[in-house]
Amino acid sequence: MYQEIFKKYEPTKDNLIYILHDIQDNHPQQYITEEAVLSVSKYLNVPINHIYGVITFYGMFSMKARGKNIIRLCESPPCYLKGCDNIYRKLKEELNIKQNETTEDGLFTLELCACLGVCGNAPVMMINNDIYGDLTEEKVVKIIKDIKGEK
Amino acid sequence: MKFYRSHILLGMSETSIEAGAKKIELALKSELSKRNLQDEIDVLETGPLGFFAKGVCLKVYPENVLYENVTVEDIPELVEEHFLKGRPVKRLLATTTRVEAYDFNYKERNVLENSGIIDPEDIEEYIGVGGYEAWEKALLKMKPEEIIAEVKESGLRGRGGAGFPTGLKWSFTAPIDSPEKHLVINADEGEPGTFKDRLIMEGDPHKLLEGMMIACRAFGANKGFIYIRGEYKLCIERLKHAINQCRSYGILGQDIFGSGFNLDFDIKVGAGAYVCGEETALIESLEGNRGNPRFKPPFPGVKGLWQTPTVVNNVETIANVPTIINKGAEWYKSLGVNGATGTKVYTLMGDVAMPGLTEVPMGITLRDIINKYGGGMLRGKKFKGALVGGAAGVILSDKLLDVKMDYESLKEYTAVLGSGAIMVMGEEVDMVEMLWSILRFFRHESCGKCFPCRLGTQQLYNIICKIRDGEGKEEDLESMILLSDAMVKSSFCALGQSPYMPIKSSILNFRNDFLKRIK
Amino acid sequence: MKTLADLRKIREKAQNDMKLRNSETRVKVVVGMGTSGIAMGAREVMKAFLDEIANRQLHDVLVTQTGEKGLSSMEPVVDVIIDGVNSVTYGNMTAEKVKRVVAEHIVNGNPVNDFIISTDK
Ligand SMILES: Cc1cc2nc3c(=O)[nH]c(=O)nc-3n(C[C@H](O)[C@H](O)[C@H](O)COP(=O)(O)O)c2cc1C
Ligand code: SF4
Ligand code: FES
Repeated sequence: MYQEIFKKYEPTKDNLIYILHDIQDNHPQQYITEEAVLSVSKYLNVPINHIYGVITFYGMFSMKARGKNIIRLCESPPCYLKGCDNIYRKLKEELNIKQNETTEDGLFTLELCACLGVCGNAPVMMINNDIYGDLTEEKVVKIIKDIKGEK
Repeated sequence: MKFYRSHILLGMSETSIEAGAKKIELALKSELSKRNLQDEIDVLETGPLGFFAKGVCLKVYPENVLYENVTVEDIPELVEEHFLKGRPVKRLLATTTRVEAYDFNYKERNVLENSGIIDPEDIEEYIGVGGYEAWEKALLKMKPEEIIAEVKESGLRGRGGAGFPTGLKWSFTAPIDSPEKHLVINADEGEPGTFKDRLIMEGDPHKLLEGMMIACRAFGANKGFIYIRGEYKLCIERLKHAINQCRSYGILGQDIFGSGFNLDFDIKVGAGAYVCGEETALIESLEGNRGNPRFKPPFPGVKGLWQTPTVVNNVETIANVPTIINKGAEWYKSLGVNGATGTKVYTLMGDVAMPGLTEVPMGITLRDIINKYGGGMLRGKKFKGALVGGAAGVILSDKLLDVKMDYESLKEYTAVLGSGAIMVMGEEVDMVEMLWSILRFFRHESCGKCFPCRLGTQQLYNIICKIRDGEGKEEDLESMILLSDAMVKSSFCALGQSPYMPIKSSILNFRNDFLKRIK
Repeated sequence: MKTLADLRKIREKAQNDMKLRNSETRVKVVVGMGTSGIAMGAREVMKAFLDEIANRQLHDVLVTQTGEKGLSSMEPVVDVIIDGVNSVTYGNMTAEKVKRVVAEHIVNGNPVNDFIISTDK
C-alpha cells in the first residue's frame, strides 16, 4: 500500500524524512501508523527504533491520529507581540479543544509551532499547506467556518 | 433614488478608528443636519483612503479632495467652509494624495534584485536579466582558485548568523583530496523573525542555484543539497521546478557547456526542528537521523555529510556570489562599512507601520531602517526597544537607534547582527513578556542531547514564569544571567549558548520592567 | 541539452522581449505570488484580473506572477506596467479593487491613486 510512495524515492536512509512526510500527508488522518513504520523499515533496511527516534524528534510528525485539517499556530516572539495568544484562545473556544486535541468530527487538530517565516503578517497560522496571516479573532472564525462549509 | 450633490467618504481602518473615526462620523452627520444639509450631502464609510494619509481621512466627491488628520473640533469649520461656502479647508488637506513614496530600494539591492520583478518559475526571465552569466564566467574563464580568491577579496561573510568569512571557509575544503565533496545549503531558516531566505528562494530561486554552482566549482564539489524546512512548501516547489529547468537547459548535468565539469543538485526537507539549522545537526538530519549536533572537530569542511568534506552555507550568503563574480570584489567592497561589505537583508516586524523586508548596504542605522523602510512606528507609538537577530539576538534600547548596523560597530555594544531580524517594540511592550516568550521558545527547541541546555532552558523558563506570575525575587535576575552564562561555557552547541544574549540585554536595558513584576 | 551558444541566444531573445515591447501586450499585470501574498489573497486577485480581462475581452493585457518585493503589510501587491515603462505598484489588493484598477487604469489610463504604494520599480 505504500509502494506508490516508495517508488518515488531511492531506498537510502537519507530519504527517510521525505518518505515519512509523504506517508503522513497521504493518510486521511495525517499521521504515521505502526504499520507504515514497519514497511518503511523494510524498504530502507533501517531498524524500527531508528524510525521511531526520528518521528519523535521532529515536530511535524505524529504517531497519533489527527484531524483532516491541522492548524499550526505560531507562538514565537514576533507573533506573540502581535497577540497570537488571543487568537489561540479564540481557536480553542471556537473548536472546543485544547492543544494537540482533535475535534469530535475529526475536522480539526490544534497545534502550536515555532516561527513560520511569515512574521511580517503576524499573527500567523498554517492549516495543512496554506498560510493565513494578519489574523484577527473575526478572521479566524471566518476561516474555520469556510473550511467547515467546504467539508 | 435620492440625489446628493456631494459625497463624503470616511476612511475606516484600524488606524483611523483608533484615531476616532467613529466619533467624527457622528459629529459630521449632526453638523450636517444642524445646517440642513443632510439631504444634499451623503456620508459613507469606506476602507483605508490612500496608504500614506494620516489619522482620520475624509474624501470629498465630486471635487476629489482628501483631508487628513481630521478631529471632531475641525468639523464645524469644515462643514461651514467646504459645504456651505465651497472653499476647501487648506490646513486640513492631505500633504500627499498621491505618493510615489514607498521605496523598495531596488537600485541598491543585490540578492533580492529580481524578487518581485521576474517570474520565478521561468528560467528564461532569469537568463534575460543576466542570469547564469556569472556561472559561465566562473566555469569557463576562471580557475577554481581564482573564484575563491575573488570571494575572499570581496569580504563576504556568512549570513546565517555566525558571520564566518565565506572565501576562507571554501579555502579549507578546496585543497582536500577526496573522491566526493558536498555543498549543503542551509535553508532551515528557523530563527524567529527571519524570512529573508524564503523570499530569495520563492522570488528568485535561480539566483541561489547559480551561486551554488559557482561555489561547487570553487572547492570541487559535484553534488549540492538544499536542506529546506518542511514548512516552506512554496520554496520546495519552486526550487524543484528550477532545478529541473536547469537540467533540461544543460546548465546542470554532465559536461556542462563542454567544460568537463559535472554537477547536480537535490532538495531535502526538514520536519520542524529549530536545532537542525545548526550545521552539524543539519547534516545528521540530511542523512536521515535525529537532528542532534555532532562534536566538532572534525569540522564539516573536513568530515561532513557521509564523512565527506562538506561546506555548509546559508541561502543569502550564496545568493551574493553571482554578483561578486559578475561585478568583481572591488565593486562589492565599495558597499558597506567597517569591514562589513556588501548588502544585508533585514526583516522588519512588530510595532512598525509597514512590516516587511529590505535590502540595504551594510552599516545603515536602526533608526533609518525603521523610518525609511518600515514607515515609522505603528500608529505613532514611542520606540521602546528592538530585538535584533531573532530569539538568539539582543534586545536593544533606544540608545542604539543611531548605531551603525555592521559586525564591528555592534560588537562594541555586545550586540550581534545575527540573521538580520529586527522586531520593533513600542512603549507599552513589557520586556518580561518578551523574555518569557523567548525562553519558552528555547525550552521547546532544546534537542536534549546535553544536560546543561536540556535542564538549563527548562530552569530559565521556570524562573521567568515565576517572575511573570509576580512571585519572583530580585536575585532571580542575577541567577538567570549566571545560569545562562554557565550554559554558554558548557553547552554542546550554540543553541544552549543562545539564551544568554537576550537575558543579559533585556535585564541590563530594561531592569525596571522586571522590578515592577517583582515588587 | 543546450549549449553555451543556445544560452546566449535565449538571453538575447529574452532581453529583446523585455526591451522592444511586444506589440500584442500593451499592459502587463504582475501579481506578487510569494507566501505572504498568497496568504493575503493573491490567488483571488490573480483570478479577478483574469476574469475581468476576459469579461471585457481585453486582448492586449498579459497577467503574470512574480515573487515578493518585501512589503508584507501591503500584500497582495500588484504591478501594472503600461507600454513597458510606466510602472505602478498597488497594495492591499482585493478582488473588488481589481475591478476599479481594470476599469480606471488599464482601460482608461488613470491610475487609481487610493491604492498606489509606489510608482517606481
Ligand atoms: C541553533 C542554531 C540554529 C541555526 N539556524 C540557522 C538557520 O536557520 N539558517 C542558517 O543559515 N544558519 C543557521 N545557523 C548557523 C549555522 O550553524 C551555520 O553557521 C551557517 O549555516 C553557516 O553558513 P554561513 O557561513 O553562510 O552563514 C544556526 C545555528 C545554530 C546554533
Ligand atoms: S546545546 Fe541544546 S540543542 Fe545543542 S546539543 Fe545541547 S541540548 Fe542539543
Ligand atoms: S514569528 Fe510567527 S511567523 Fe515568524
